[in-house]
Amino acid sequence: MATNLPASTSSQGGIGTAPVPHTEHDEHLHDHEHHDQHWLWKYVFSQDHKMIARQFLITGMVWAIIGGVLSSLFRLQLGWPEATLDWLQPILGKWIAGGKLDPEFYLALVTMHGTIMVFFVLTAGLSGTFSNFLIPLQVGARDMASGFMNMLSYWFFFLSSIIMFCSLFLETGPAAAGWTIYPPLSALPQAISGSGMGMTMWLVSMVFFIVSQLLGGVNYVTTVINLRTRGLSMSKLPLTIWAFFLTAILGILSFPVLFSAALLLVFDRSFGTSFFLSDIYIAGQALHNQGGSPVLFQHLFWFLGHPEVYIVIMPAMGMVSEILATNARKPIFGYRAMIGSLIGISLLSFVVWAHHMFVTGMNPFLGSVFMFLTLIIAVPSGVKVFNWLATLWRGNIRFTAAMLFAIGFVSLFISGGLTGIILGNATLDIQMHNTYFVVAHFHLVMGSSAFFGLFAGIYHWFPKMFGRMMDEKLGYIHFWLTFAGVYLVFMPMHYVGIAGFPRRYYSWTGFDAFSQFADLNKFISAAAILAFFAQFVFIFNFFYSIFRGRRASENPWNSTTLEWTTPVVPGHGNWPGEIPTVYRWPYDYSKPGSEADFIPQNVPYSQTASSNLPYERELND
Amino acid sequence: MTALTILLVLVLLLVVFGLLFRLQILTSIFSGSYVKEIGTSNRINAILMLVFMVVGGIAFFWSFSNNFSKMNPPIASVHGHAMEKMFWTTMVVIGIAFVITQALLFIYSYKYQHQDNRRAYFFAHNNTIEVIWTIIPAIVMASLIFAGWKAWTRITGPAPKDAIVVEVMGKQFNWLVRYPGRDMKLGVINYRLIDASNDFGFDLSDKASLDDFTASEIHVPKGHPVLIKIRSRDVLHAVYMPQFRVQMYAVPGMPTRFWFTPTTTTDEMRAKLGNPNFKYELACNQICGKGHFAMKLNIVVDEPDDYVAWYAAQAPVSQNADMMASFKQMSKQTGLGKGGSKEAKADAIEETGETPAVPLAAQASL
Repeated sequence: MATNLPASTSSQGGIGTAPVPHTEHDEHLHDHEHHDQHWLWKYVFSQDHKMIARQFLITGMVWAIIGGVLSSLFRLQLGWPEATLDWLQPILGKWIAGGKLDPEFYLALVTMHGTIMVFFVLTAGLSGTFSNFLIPLQVGARDMASGFMNMLSYWFFFLSSIIMFCSLFLETGPAAAGWTIYPPLSALPQAISGSGMGMTMWLVSMVFFIVSQLLGGVNYVTTVINLRTRGLSMSKLPLTIWAFFLTAILGILSFPVLFSAALLLVFDRSFGTSFFLSDIYIAGQALHNQGGSPVLFQHLFWFLGHPEVYIVIMPAMGMVSEILATNARKPIFGYRAMIGSLIGISLLSFVVWAHHMFVTGMNPFLGSVFMFLTLIIAVPSGVKVFNWLATLWRGNIRFTAAMLFAIGFVSLFISGGLTGIILGNATLDIQMHNTYFVVAHFHLVMGSSAFFGLFAGIYHWFPKMFGRMMDEKLGYIHFWLTFAGVYLVFMPMHYVGIAGFPRRYYSWTGFDAFSQFADLNKFISAAAILAFFAQFVFIFNFFYSIFRGRRASENPWNSTTLEWTTPVVPGHGNWPGEIPTVYRWPYDYSKPGSEADFIPQNVPYSQTASSNLPYERELND
Repeated sequence: MTALTILLVLVLLLVVFGLLFRLQILTSIFSGSYVKEIGTSNRINAILMLVFMVVGGIAFFWSFSNNFSKMNPPIASVHGHAMEKMFWTTMVVIGIAFVITQALLFIYSYKYQHQDNRRAYFFAHNNTIEVIWTIIPAIVMASLIFAGWKAWTRITGPAPKDAIVVEVMGKQFNWLVRYPGRDMKLGVINYRLIDASNDFGFDLSDKASLDDFTASEIHVPKGHPVLIKIRSRDVLHAVYMPQFRVQMYAVPGMPTRFWFTPTTTTDEMRAKLGNPNFKYELACNQICGKGHFAMKLNIVVDEPDDYVAWYAAQAPVSQNADMMASFKQMSKQTGLGKGGSKEAKADAIEETGETPAVPLAAQASL
């Protein structure tokens, strides 16, 4: 099929081209070539990075709504355990027989909420959207290194989505062993019905998802390394690109390990091997499996799982840095420290995974080592926060919706990140492990924060994506409702966690120790459901603005990076003429001596004699 | 009918919302604020930042202090007291960082809001500042790590020789408890010998297992180290005892352990809390299936004398005729459990630990 695609010739230069030379003549040819593309190649099987980005974004939004609905359902159960929810019967059928949510289905809801949000929304939806959209535009490339692989990346994700979506409707229910799918629970259909077909489809879906991530990741890394425009050295890259670049490297190195874990689990489930199973007596029967270790699976899972949370948060960090600088009209403070801390976080993220396993029976000595490494990672994270604060200091802040979400991101990242210092301490984790303290921690630091990064990115780059502006006032309403909502949900959740409430509990009423916070759980549920409904303001704004929003200008935020030098809606090949050359770093905002309060990256020093710093004067010619 | 009404109301609300939205756009076009880049809304957002900080800060402080008494499970173990202290010390440290950074974030946002006559200060980097705010957190982290590491090695280190031994086995969806009996040795068990009357899988050909006994709740003496040996016979579970600050996974095929010293008897805790129904509870804290949320075991902390009396009153499994009969049959069927082979015993010793010394002086006289 690939050979029939008219667009397949367009992957600019292809592999093996030298990094810099973007010869103009063939770009022009391509430009004309694609004006009368068939809609199927333009909108569906597109190889244009901008279209693929939009596909990732819309798919991610659909998943986010599904994930949100699932969480609303289980929050109903946790907030009002005594309530009879007959009105849900038409939708949920046998899973809510008699108005009472089935406990196994509750676990399925929790599992699918986690899987969907972590992988489908915050990995594919966030990184897939913005890495695709921004990498070629900000490095000054006509498209990704391989447009075809990029298209495959989306369609593998789509296939994976379809499989996961179908698994929601299985007779035996979707996977229900928690998003971390620890065996033996996930390996034995006798243990929970979701570990039957539901788990099989989960694993198959994840395999396609991993393929999609690897195809995308290889492309992002290659594009950043090879296709940067003339003059754009690594030390002049916007922080977004640094973040996407390192994220892609993390994905390439860690997703294959999840693949291996999934594969071994498939073997255990279907071919009678004993990688993770040993000494099991279940459903009146002693299994033959011996010698396997469930802890081995946890090591493999978290070897991906921990870098995964940085895969989720780093793109958000990059975009927030960019948005804060643009709207504070001020250079990002400590550009090199920001890059350094991103690199530090990336390296450390590979050696902290076992902090998820302090009390799993792992050797306590390993626990000490991982506690040490884990708490070290707080240092580069702290550096980032301080740099963001310093960026705001003495700025001239313009509160666009994107800027609000970027500030919200910093706030949530602080709130969630600090409790990591408690959880990373093996001693304190003995009590806190698997309680709602953990749930509150990661929902703030990588869930809500990454969502805020995603929203900030959408509001900020919407004009370049769709050529129109989103409604700012609706953006403000969306922000304040969401920001307040998130805090109202997750701050009280810490109290519940300190009291020791275990996560993944269908109800706490059976325990005296967990009986005191019924009112607080009701409050959390109400806040969560309201915050979820507030998202429809965004969804309305998004789709309304695509068609009827105010028309955007080329550079509505007076920003410096290359994507704003393209036409309002960049066509295939991004720049109609020559690709701009880069002369300066991306953060020349409010530079003394310059009349405009921003100098785009493609303005040579020779044109800005009045504002050049001493060392820049030599670069004049 | 009600459903229809609700639907209708929702649709009407949406229509009203849509109309309001259009109206808002039209008025802003009319007033010129539609295309104006920075208007009053900038100021409003800046003020809201400050309002959010103040109102949010007060609400947080109020709700936190209001719930504080409810969020601390009573502590009943020696290391629990140390942990609690470390927890709240760390909370104070991160609380300080929280207040400073959040305050700066919101105050800067308000203070440096856009003003037409101002220009942002071009300040790109300062290495001294970067070094300072790298080193200070590094030092704070290092001290937290050191304290945590010291406590961790002590808590997870080997149990004292004279510790009482209790074995807990997780299964879907309840806990089984086993004590070593008078010989202070847990006998060999084998999951293939499990059946309806032999939940634990006792290998009764091992003499050490004959005086073992099972119990429906855990009894431990106050002030004496207790070593909990933990097993699972199906999927992962976790032994979580919030009042003792104890947590450890139960892993099929890999026995785990955790030791602690209870400091308060159940009766003392009842008096202290003024709650005559108080019970120490053991909860499962690793997702294990449908009944996960109801997988509970009660723990009783006795005065040492009461504990010894309770211990002496338990009937060993050898007196359980059902189990003896079914073991014989299982043993015949499976060919297992023939005389507690050397290997099985070696395994058992490796799994359950070295033969313990005499745990309680009084117990020795049993």
